[in-house]
Amino acid sequence: MTEQFTQQVTFYTEDHEWVTVHGDMATVGITKYAAEQLGDVVFVETPEVGKTVKKGDDLAVVESVKAASDVYAPMSGEVVDTNGELADAPEKVNEHPESEGWFCVIKFSDGAETEGLMDKDAYFEFCKGEA
Amino acid sequence: MADQTSDDLKKTALHGLHVSLGGKMVPFAGYEMPVQFEGVKPEHLWTREHAGLFDVSHMGPCFLTLAEGVSEDEEAHKKIASLIEDLVPSAISTLKPGQARLTVLLNGQGGIMDDLIITRLPDARQNGRLYIVVNGAVKDQDWAVFEEKLAGRAVLERADEGHVLMALQGPEAVDVLKSEIPGCDDLGFMRCMQAEWQGTACTVSRCGYTGEDGFEIHIPAAAGEELAAKLIRDERVKPIGLGARDSLRLEAGLCLYGHDMDQSRNPVEADLQWVIQKSRRERADFPGADAILKALADGPAEKRVGIRPLERAPAREGTEIHVNGEKVGVITSGGFGPTVEGPVAMGYVRADLAKPGTQVELMVRGKPRAGEVAALPFVEQNYKR
Repeated sequence: MTEQFTQQVTFYTEDHEWVTVHGDMATVGITKYAAEQLGDVVFVETPEVGKTVKKGDDLAVVESVKAASDVYAPMSGEVVDTNGELADAPEKVNEHPESEGWFCVIKFSDGAETEGLMDKDAYFEFCKGEA
Repeated sequence: MADQTSDDLKKTALHGLHVSLGGKMVPFAGYEMPVQFEGVKPEHLWTREHAGLFDVSHMGPCFLTLAEGVSEDEEAHKKIASLIEDLVPSAISTLKPGQARLTVLLNGQGGIMDDLIITRLPDARQNGRLYIVVNGAVKDQDWAVFEEKLAGRAVLERADEGHVLMALQGPEAVDVLKSEIPGCDDLGFMRCMQAEWQGTACTVSRCGYTGEDGFEIHIPAAAGEELAAKLIRDERVKPIGLGARDSLRLEAGLCLYGHDMDQSRNPVEADLQWVIQKSRRERADFPGADAILKALADGPAEKRVGIRPLERAPAREGTEIHVNGEKVGVITSGGFGPTVEGPVAMGYVRADLAKPGTQVELMVRGKPRAGEVAALPFVEQNYKR
């Protein structure tokens, strides 16, 4: 709770999500690596605004032509916004996974939860190990 | 399927070609097979527009021959046909030379053990010998049934190992293949020819499982590898993985064994009653005939139908189908149809709800999503009639 993010910082999870924190808000999406692995995204089920999640809970579902995949909450808190544009344009997840293809914003309750997450360099190395 | 390391998995003769073309390899029916090359959607669309090459060597091609051997006599065909007709409900005796027919292998209750294609060889000197292709996942089961039920009367020759079975599918398949296999363009749908490719004998059938015109080629492994590599070099042809094979067959309304039908379903429920010709219904001499003829007369309790999700969320296998909050069926295959540009599915519903246009709710992750019963296929079939 004490940790403040006065500047925007992006972290990565082992489940291939990115989370950009600023103040007490965390914007969440899936990484370019994840989007490439999934193939063409055809549907994203974003959470309801107002939903409270704990770190690791199911947050969203992304459906590609291949399969349905769960997206987990990278931080605990309340969902305060979702990307409504994905309803009609799920392909944004493939086109711009780490910008326009964001899933939702969580007002997080404990900034210390970012401590177990990776920075960009660590995530890059992590993906090399996955390949 | 239990976790399998790649050491346990069999490889087809085209495995090296798939890897060299960048195929993403996954375990499937005991084999390591390519699920995709450039991606499910582009491969799907390419096959509908041009020509796609599919490795289906994991399937179960075989030959079934009378114990006393082949003959020029028409009676030899009648004899082998009557043997296999003890196991399947289709008319095999009336097949013309070179004609193929889809049928189902039935258990004693009329449940579907597999779907298979039985072909009468085109060479009239080979009466008494049938070319049969069964599904890869159940080929050992099917072949055990043939050997047990027909012991002493017919001889089974497995033709999977040491061979390539490949499918070339799509509107440009015929133009591509006719320069390699002259005369294949004269074949009609579900017709077969025996040919030679660079001195190697092969069996070429005008059939497939994409809803498009195309061919299946059964050929010894060494020549098959060369032929596949040559076909891929043609700019009209791309290699296609299992992912697009599934989306293509689903849009075409074609059943996948183990999903859209299994031993708990009879051909009437599976909407495959057309495989039972009139002569067989009259004779009522196939396994489970009582149950199947009763379902034909009274109508089945449940029926396989197309399901069109009306929202964007795909309804995958296992999704419950509800009407007014009551469960009335289940999705057995579902995904996204790249040609339809939307989600498509198949499933079973109570027979009184099987009419196209019937509104249903699809319980996707616990949330009801609008859907409707739809006529199959979802895309027009482009067979060479």
